Parts: sequence; structure tokens; C-alpha cells
Amino acid sequence: MPLTTKEWLALEKKAHQLRRLCLDTTYWAGSGHIGGGMSIMDMLTVLYHKYMNIRVEEPLWEDRDRLIMSKGHAGIALAPVLVDKGFNDPEQLKTFNHTNSKMGMHLDANKVVGVDASTGSLGHGLSIALGTALAARVRGKDYWTYCILGDGECDEGSNWEAAMTASQYKVTNLISFVDRNKCMIDGCTEDVMKLEPFADKWKAFGFIVKEVDGHNIKELCDAIDFALDNREAPVMIIADTVKGAGIDFMENDYRWHYGAIDEDKYNQAKASLDKYYEGRKARAEKG
Amino acid sequence: MAGGLTYTAVDSTQLSTAEYYGKALCELGREHPEIVALTADLGKSTKIGMFGEEFPDRFFNVGIAEQNMFGVAAGMAKAGLVPFLSTFSTFASLRSADQLHTDICYQNVNAKVIATHSGTSFGQAGSTHHAICDMAVTRSFPNLTVICPADGMETVNAVRAAYATPGPFYIRINRGFDRVLYPSTDYGFEVGKAVTLHEGTDITVIACGSCAFQALQAANFLDNTDGLKVRVLNMHTIKPIDREAVEKAVMDTRRIITVEDHSVIGGLGSAVAEVVVEFGKGCAFKKLGIQDQFAPIGLHEDIMSILGIDSNGIIDAVREVMKKDFELDDNWDDEV
Repeated sequence: MPLTTKEWLALEKKAHQLRRLCLDTTYWAGSGHIGGGMSIMDMLTVLYHKYMNIRVEEPLWEDRDRLIMSKGHAGIALAPVLVDKGFNDPEQLKTFNHTNSKMGMHLDANKVVGVDASTGSLGHGLSIALGTALAARVRGKDYWTYCILGDGECDEGSNWEAAMTASQYKVTNLISFVDRNKCMIDGCTEDVMKLEPFADKWKAFGFIVKEVDGHNIKELCDAIDFALDNREAPVMIIADTVKGAGIDFMENDYRWHYGAIDEDKYNQAKASLDKYYEGRKARAEKG
Repeated sequence: MAGGLTYTAVDSTQLSTAEYYGKALCELGREHPEIVALTADLGKSTKIGMFGEEFPDRFFNVGIAEQNMFGVAAGMAKAGLVPFLSTFSTFASLRSADQLHTDICYQNVNAKVIATHSGTSFGQAGSTHHAICDMAVTRSFPNLTVICPADGMETVNAVRAAYATPGPFYIRINRGFDRVLYPSTDYGFEVGKAVTLHEGTDITVIACGSCAFQALQAANFLDNTDGLKVRVLNMHTIKPIDREAVEKAVMDTRRIITVEDHSVIGGLGSAVAEVVVEFGKGCAFKKLGIQDQFAPIGLHEDIMSILGIDSNGIIDAVREVMKKDFELDDNWDDEV
């Protein structure tokens, strides 16, 4: 169903809260993968607050929708989302990355409630997601599996093994995203290892590709709605994003793949996020 | 334990070890709809394809893409299925080691790897297809049970036990026909418990896989020719190792030889040595296996002979170790 302006504004507000919580978590941890966390927060907000059928009181409900975070280093974004949903004690975020914390930078599905797979080693998530999607077919279930990949991790050949299998088995109960923030640890993706023509690659592997602005709630929703109705081929949503989105001194700077936040930076980032939110609200209000 | 089919000694002459696996898996599949099977273009070679013929909707051939196969299996297991995966042992343990380690063992999911063509059993294919490091690699992965069955009957038992026991399993079986050690599945197989094939008090030979039969032959020969009483243990479970059986062997015989179709680094011999050293009692010890080299090309039985892991090699090793002084002081009370 089409996104109403009211719903859009509510999602913008939630995304803003979650970006703030991700920033807080990074500050409490001292450092973190904040750049790639910010680039996927709109996707996570839309999935967890509009689409995913999950039960906080029954986290392992077997009919729940799944999210496989293939870019496992984005735990610093997923953990706040799961805490905000009520899956985990908020105090846990204050221990993120601390010794003996349940929450490390790559979330452990056996320790953090609501995490559907332990990821971190790149190029694994799409296969795991394919497994949960195929399991739904075998077991006659109608849940959906969502998967978020980083663009840099698409250098890993195992993704393309998974892509071929998704296409061969026509896995349409799997909806995948690539966070196309165009940055990786050592530089820009096109400098380190060229991905373009990226959409054509996924198309060649049998996917229907939707290219969207990954920070436009409406475009993300439209793409997901398309994928939910589609039965032709697996869908890959390539979300054009900004690394560090909303924090002016981080945006599009690959060095913020992982970074440290002191009090000055924290305050600067908070102010930037507030300003960013005002702009986002104004855009949503226009519809 | 699954009922229905029984296996006879006659089957052993007609079924390869992998065919026993395929048959046992089909039998389990009939009773348990949550079992699914995956392969990477080796359905026929590994015999997991037998499951696919009977249950096409529960069989997934992902093409020549082992890494993806292990990840898919992990996802399936996370969603309530019990996946069995089969490819050659060298690919299962090396090509997709990261996925086995992280997706399956770290997440501690209920996935069962039945890896075929283990050791040098695919001898003529050469070192690209020999699996001489797989036990070393998999034994170090937390949560993973590692089994090396001695023959077809033991393979059936191991596959049934893997289904019956929650958690990840790695079972390595041979290509082709194994020499028959057990005429039936009814000999008291238990994961983590060695089976005594021959009683003895002079020396203990601890073997796994195809070397177990060879060790038994060597023990019978040495009994007749040298009057030596050789204890033979079939240590089918490499992890968790049967510490009690190893410690008892040290106490009773004070001489141990291990035999495996695998590198002497990291496999059965290393697992036994770890127990012996931690036990702290003097013991003459020798590891037979592949001595930190790549194996030659050839028929499996020829390679085993060249490597000294057949009955003749074991006989020679027993005679050598019987000459070793393991300690001068016979008073064990002063040892730690």
C-alpha cells in the first residue's frame, strides 16, 4: 500500500532516533563502524518498523520474517534497532564492544536477542539468507527473508555463488539490498576493486534490480512493495547511500568505515544529525 | 535410532561405503521430513544423490560452489531443517572452511557434513583430491564432532548418530569399498567411545577409518608369529576423543601406535598424543600416517602400503616400538 505522509514522517522520526542511538552506542564504545551503520539506518528503519513480521515477546517465532545482516560490521546499527524494538536491555548498548559484553562489533545470534544470523566474515550472508528462504519453501511457510549486503563485500566470490543459486531456484521470498555507499576500508570501491557496472552484474546473474536512493524512505518502500508482489526472479535493491549519512564530517569519507568518537565529535555529530533530520522532515512533508 | 532397513555382510560386498551412507540417509529421510540434502555437483559421487532421487523437493544441488552450500545449509538449519551436506573431504574442510567454521560451528547449528573421498581413498586423483588435513582443520573447530568411520556399517551408525545428536557433525568416509570390519551395525557404536577390536596387553594400536581393519589384521598376525598381544582400538570419533580408552591403554600397555590415513600433524595421532602427554605417564609412542608430505598417486591400497599405514607397515612399527625403552624407572607412584 502507498506510503502516507504521516507514515513517512513517523519513519523519518524513528530513523532519526535510531541514528542518534547508533551515535550514542559508538560514543559509549569509544569507536565503531559508524559510517556503514549510518548508511543502512533508513533500510533498517523501514524493515523493522513497516515490513517485518516479528514478535518481540517470541523472538524465535518460527514464522517470523528474518533479516540477515551480511555486512556484519553493521552490528553497531542493528543492535540499537533491536534494543529499541525491545528485544534487549538498553543498558547493553552501553557495554557495546566492552570486555565480556554480549554485544561485540559483529553480533552473535546466540547472545543478542533478535539477531537472525551471526555474521562478520564477509560474503556469507546472502547464502545464509538463501538457506532460510529455501527452508520456508520446504516447510511450507510464508515468512520473508531480507538480506543486507555491503557493496565492498561484493568483491567476495561467494556472493556470486549465492546469486546463481537464488536465480536457479527462483527464490522470490528473499529480498536483498546492497548498501551502495561506494566506500570500503582502503578507499573507494571503484579505486580498490571496480564494481561497476554493478546493476548489470546482478541482472546478469538473474536478479531483478531496483536502484533507489537509500536515504529516501518512499523509494525504499516502493522497491520493497515491488519485491513483495514479485514472483518472477529474486530482487536486488541497490540502495545508493552515503557513508556516515547525516553526520557532515563523516559523509562520503571512507576513513569513517571505523572511527573513534570523543566528546567534541559526539556533540558535533549530534548537531549534524538534528540538522539532517530537519531537512529529511521537510522533504517528507512535500510527499 | 532409525529402524526399517538392516544391513548384512552380503551388502558389504555389494555396497560402497558411500552407498551405505546414501541408503542410511534415505532411510532417515523417510521418517524425518525436516532432513534436507545439499551437494555441490557431487550428488552421484558422494551418493547423496540417492536422497535427491527419492526426495527431489528436499534436495539442493548448488553447483560447484561449496562456500555457498555451507552458508545455505547454515540458514536452513537456523530455520528448523536438518541439512546433510556432501562433497569431497578436501573441499568440505578447506574450500569452505570459513563457512564451516563461522556459519555452522560458531552458530552451533544442526548441520551434518558427510565428506567423502577422505584420506588418500581417491588415490589416483592426486593431492588435489586427497584429504590429508581435514581432521586437523575440523578438529580445531569448536562445537564440531568429528568422526572417521572404519567401514560401511560404521558409516550407517555414524550417520544415524549424527541425526540423533543435536549440533554440527563432520563425518569423513572413503571413496569406494572399505574392507569389512563389522558384519552388522549391532556392535555398540557410541559417539566418543572407542571400540576394542582386539584385546592385548603388550602394545596398543589406535586406528581410525580404513586403518582400523589393517590394525586388526596386524594384531592377528603378530599374535600368531611373535606371540605379541596387541590391543587394537577403533577410535572412530576423533573429537571428542575417548580419553578414558587412551589413558587405559597407557596404563595397561605403555606403548601406543596411532594409524590414520591423514597427516600425522593434527589428526588422530595428535589427538591421542595430547591425551597421553596430559596424562603424564611414560609411554612409548609412534604416529603412523602421512609424514608431512603430499601422498603419491595410485590405488588406495598401494598408497597405504607406500605410506606404511597398511598391516605390513603396522607390523613393522609394532616390532620397532616393542624394542623402545619408554622409561627406566618402573615405579609409577613417583610420577605426576
